[in-house]
Amino acid sequence: MRWGVVQFPGSCDERDALHACELSGGEARLVWHEERDLAGIDAVVVPGGFSYGDYLRAGAIARFSPAMGAVAEFAAAGGPVLGICNGFQVLCEAGLLPGALLVNESMRFACRQLELHVEGSGERLSIPAKHGEGRYWAPEQVLDELEAKGQVAFRYAPGQNPNGSARDIAGVRSEAGNVLGLMPHPEHAVDAMTGSTDGLRVFEAVAGAAI
Amino acid sequence: MARARARVLIRPKEGILDPQGKAVERALPALGFEGVGHVRVGRMVELEAEDPARIPELCEKLLANPLIEDFEIESIDGA
Repeated sequence: MRWGVVQFPGSCDERDALHACELSGGEARLVWHEERDLAGIDAVVVPGGFSYGDYLRAGAIARFSPAMGAVAEFAAAGGPVLGICNGFQVLCEAGLLPGALLVNESMRFACRQLELHVEGSGERLSIPAKHGEGRYWAPEQVLDELEAKGQVAFRYAPGQNPNGSARDIAGVRSEAGNVLGLMPHPEHAVDAMTGSTDGLRVFEAVAGAAI
Repeated sequence: MARARARVLIRPKEGILDPQGKAVERALPALGFEGVGHVRVGRMVELEAEDPARIPELCEKLLANPLIEDFEIESIDGA
């Protein structure tokens, strides 16, 4: 199992993502944003941070990087892609995931441990979130379609929605199912020292899709 | 080659909650500005383009996200 973790200028969670990939039982390497070659990579992580300074809109400029062109081809071929926080924003901007992420309803940066519900399985994960632009939004009709097609992957537990996301949505997957994005940070919940190892389950699930 | 100068105004679409606009709206009465509502905060981008016909395309692809934002293009100095 070989992971590629995309690194943009302004990424800041790529090292934790590498660590999480390795802990989940794989090898991992960084993919610099100017790279176009994902040969030999089984799954891709687009990590959190502030790619290209988040200028214009979060993720708007990163989507035009050479590495994202390669990620789009990788995803089109069915390769598993996990976008976390800024990575989720990049995947939405790139059109690989539906919807958009807007400024938090509170106008405040949200940084807290919270409970996520995994749609379908009923599993609960304790994972931190830290973002200023995490309010998931899509037109009502698109939200209805996402629910009907099982594309809502994670929801914030009742009362724990940190940003005003529509229908408490914390993460969605593509229609084909191989592209997954979420605002909270599973890569920051992989060591009991920091309170939870639940994040590993997200990496293990993505790895499972790659094998 | 003469370049066309343009100004692009980008704002959140109607119906999408704009917390920045709301925050500004709530601050105004405290400063004595009563009766101001429906405040929307957006962005303004000025640019010069060799081929002005391509400005709408670059707005749709980069400057605005058409899912959540509307944009208007104004030409500057009649170009």
